[in-house]
Amino acid sequence: MAGQLSIAKALNEALRKSLESDPKTLLMGEDIGKLGGVFRITDGLQKDFGESRVIDTPLAESGIVGTAIGLALRGYRPVVEIQFDGFVYPAFDQIVSQLAKMHARALGHVKLPVTVRIPYAGGIGAVEHHSESHEAYFAHTAGLRVVSPSNAHDAHWMLRQAIASDDPVIFLEPKRRYWDKGEVGDAADLPLHDARIARGGTDATLIAYGPMVKVCLDAAAAAQEDGRSLEVVDLRSLSPVDFAALEASVKRTGRAIVVHEAPVFLGMGAELAARLTERCFYHLEAPVLRVGGFHAPYPPSRVEEAFLPDLDRVLDAVDRSFAY
Amino acid sequence: MTVKSTARARKKAAPAVPDNLPAGSGAQPELIQLLTPEGERVEHPDYPLTTTPEELRDLYRDLVLVRRFDAEATSLQRQGELGLWASLLGQEAAQVGSGRAMRPGDYAFPTYREHGVAWCRDVDPLNLLGMFRGVNHGGWDPNEKNFHLYTIVIGAQALHATGYAMGITKDGTDDAVIAYFGDGASSQGDVSEAFTFASVYNAPVVFFCQNNQWAISEPTTNQTKIPLYRRASGFGFPGVRVDGNDVLACLAVTRWALDHARSGNGPVLVEAFTYRMGAHTTSDDPTRYRLAEETEAWRAKDPISRLKAHLDREGLADEAFFASVEAKSEELGLRVREGVRSMPDPDPTLIFDHVYAEPHTLVDEERAEYIAYAASFEGGENL
Repeated sequence: MAGQLSIAKALNEALRKSLESDPKTLLMGEDIGKLGGVFRITDGLQKDFGESRVIDTPLAESGIVGTAIGLALRGYRPVVEIQFDGFVYPAFDQIVSQLAKMHARALGHVKLPVTVRIPYAGGIGAVEHHSESHEAYFAHTAGLRVVSPSNAHDAHWMLRQAIASDDPVIFLEPKRRYWDKGEVGDAADLPLHDARIARGGTDATLIAYGPMVKVCLDAAAAAQEDGRSLEVVDLRSLSPVDFAALEASVKRTGRAIVVHEAPVFLGMGAELAARLTERCFYHLEAPVLRVGGFHAPYPPSRVEEAFLPDLDRVLDAVDRSFAY
Repeated sequence: MTVKSTARARKKAAPAVPDNLPAGSGAQPELIQLLTPEGERVEHPDYPLTTTPEELRDLYRDLVLVRRFDAEATSLQRQGELGLWASLLGQEAAQVGSGRAMRPGDYAFPTYREHGVAWCRDVDPLNLLGMFRGVNHGGWDPNEKNFHLYTIVIGAQALHATGYAMGITKDGTDDAVIAYFGDGASSQGDVSEAFTFASVYNAPVVFFCQNNQWAISEPTTNQTKIPLYRRASGFGFPGVRVDGNDVLACLAVTRWALDHARSGNGPVLVEAFTYRMGAHTTSDDPTRYRLAEETEAWRAKDPISRLKAHLDREGLADEAFFASVEAKSEELGLRVREGVRSMPDPDPTLIFDHVYAEPHTLVDEERAEYIAYAASFEGGENL
C-alpha cells in the first residue's frame, strides 16, 4: 500500500482494511453507501462489503450515534460518519452523556469501541455549519479520545488505530486537507496518542494539529529565511495530549505558540498554555502565546480568511514571542 | 392546595383522547384488558393467555415483592440512606407483566424506574440502590442478566435498544429487545429517531411506554394530542394500548409484541396505560399539580388488589400462600435495609477507574497526583 495517497484515499483505504480485518466493524452514516459520502471517503465500500456492513442511515445524527452505541453493546465496532462538523450537535448528548460515560458507569463491564468520524474545520468556502472546530467540547469530556491527523500517513494509520481502540474515539478529519497527497507507509510509526515533531527547530515551538500543521510548517519555512529556526510539533492527539513531547520541545526552545482554527477563548490552546506554563516556567523566555479563531460564530466564507490563522498571523505571534 | 392551583390541575388533567378520531388503524382507543379491576378474568381474541394457578401465584408474589422493595427504598431515602428514589408505586403490573414476558436471551433497556423489570431479570435489588445511594452510577454488568444500566437522560436508551436490536438482526438470532420509557419521553427526539431506525431496519425491538399520566408535573396532554400508542402508525409499525395495571394483559401483549419482533416483523409500540401513584421522585411534591381525587380513582384499579381478588375469587391461593408471600416480603425488606446500610462507600480512587478501557495519560497523572495528595494527610497512606 505504500505510495502517494491523498488524505481522502488514505482514509478510504483505512476503512477498507478495517472492514476486511474484523467482521464486526461496520460503517454507518448518511450518504455513505452508493454516493460514497459527500467527501467520497467511503467510496466503493458498500459495493464491496454490502449494505449490512456499510449502512446508509436515516438523516438523524443522534440516531446514528445512539444506535451505534447499541450495536457496540451487542459486540459490534461501529464507525460512524457525521456529514459535517456543525451537524454533530444534534448527537451531542449521545456522544458526551452516553458514549463517553457508559464504560465507567458499568464499572468497566461494557466497552464502547465506537469511532465518530467528523470532517471538521474551515477553509473550503462552505456555508454556515460546515466549517466548525468543536474539538474542545469533546476533549473536555472524559471518556472520549479525540484525535486529528494532519497528513495521509497519519490519516490512514490513526484511523485504523482508532477503530481498533476499545474506547470511543472522536476522529476529526481536516477537510481542507482531504486532497493533499503524501506518502503512506506500511506501518503506524507512532502510537495513536503520541505527538510528532513535524519539523525540528531550536528557537521556538509551534504547536498545531490537523489543518494548522501545514500552516505552521509553511511559517517555519518562511521564518528560516529570516534566520529563525522554528520547531513544529504535530499534536495528533487532543485527548490525551502528549505533554511529555511538548514539554521536551518547549524546554529546548524556550518559546511556545499554539495554533488552531477554533476560537482561542477556552480552546485547546488555553489548556496547552496553562500546562506548559506550569511545567516549563523557568525555561520560558516568553508567555505561551495562542493563535486561533475569534469569539464569534464561524464567519461567512468571504471573510473566513480573516478568521483562520495563516502564515502571517503565526509569524506575527512569533515576533511577539521574541519581543519579550 | 390553593383554589387557583386546583383549578389549574383540573384543567390539565382533562382526558387526552379527542372525540374526532380519524378512521383507520385502531380508531378506537381500546385498552387491552384480561383482568378487570374487580379481579374477573376476561378474554381478548387477539391476546389469548393461558396461565396455571402457580403462574398466577408467582406473578402475585412478584408484584408484592416489587412493591415492598420500592416501599423500603422510599423509606430508606426518608431516613437519609439514599439521596433520591424514583418510586414505581402503581406501575408494578406494567413492569412485572412485561418483564415476565421476556425470554432469557432478550435484552431490556430501562429508564430509571424499572425496578420491577430488574426484579424479573434477576438483578440483585441492592445493585439498583447503589446509584441512588451515590456509590456508583450503575455498577452491575448489563450482560450478566441482559438488563442495561438505568438511563437518566430521557429517551436516550431507546436508541441504544434499537442499535442493539439491529445487532441481533445481524447476528441472525431470534432474541428481542425491550426499550422502556415514559409518556414524557415520547416527546423526545431520540424516541422518534429510535422509532425511525427500528422501523427502517425492521429491528426486533418492543418500545414499552409506561404512560403513567405525568412527567413530573406535566400531564400527558402536554406531550401528545393523540393516544400515544397511535404514534406507531406514523412510523409504520403496530401500536397497542394495554391496561398497565393488569399484569395478565401486560404479559400477554408484551409476549405477543416480542414474538412479533423476533419473528422478523419489526418493532411494536406498547403503551401501558397506568398511573404513578407516588411522586416522580422523592424530591417531588405531586400535591402541587394533581388532584387527590384522580389518585384515588386510580387506587381502585390497583394491580395487586385486582390479582388478589382474582386469586380469592377462583380459590387459587390459600392463607398459607399469602402468609408465605408476606414472610418473603419481610425478608426482602430486611435484606434491603441491612444491605443499604452496610453498603460501603467506594474508595475515592474509583473516580479514576474505568474512565477509559485503555490507559489514558491524563487520567493516570491525575490519579497519581490524587493518591500522593491524599497520602500527605495523616492516615492517608492507607488509601
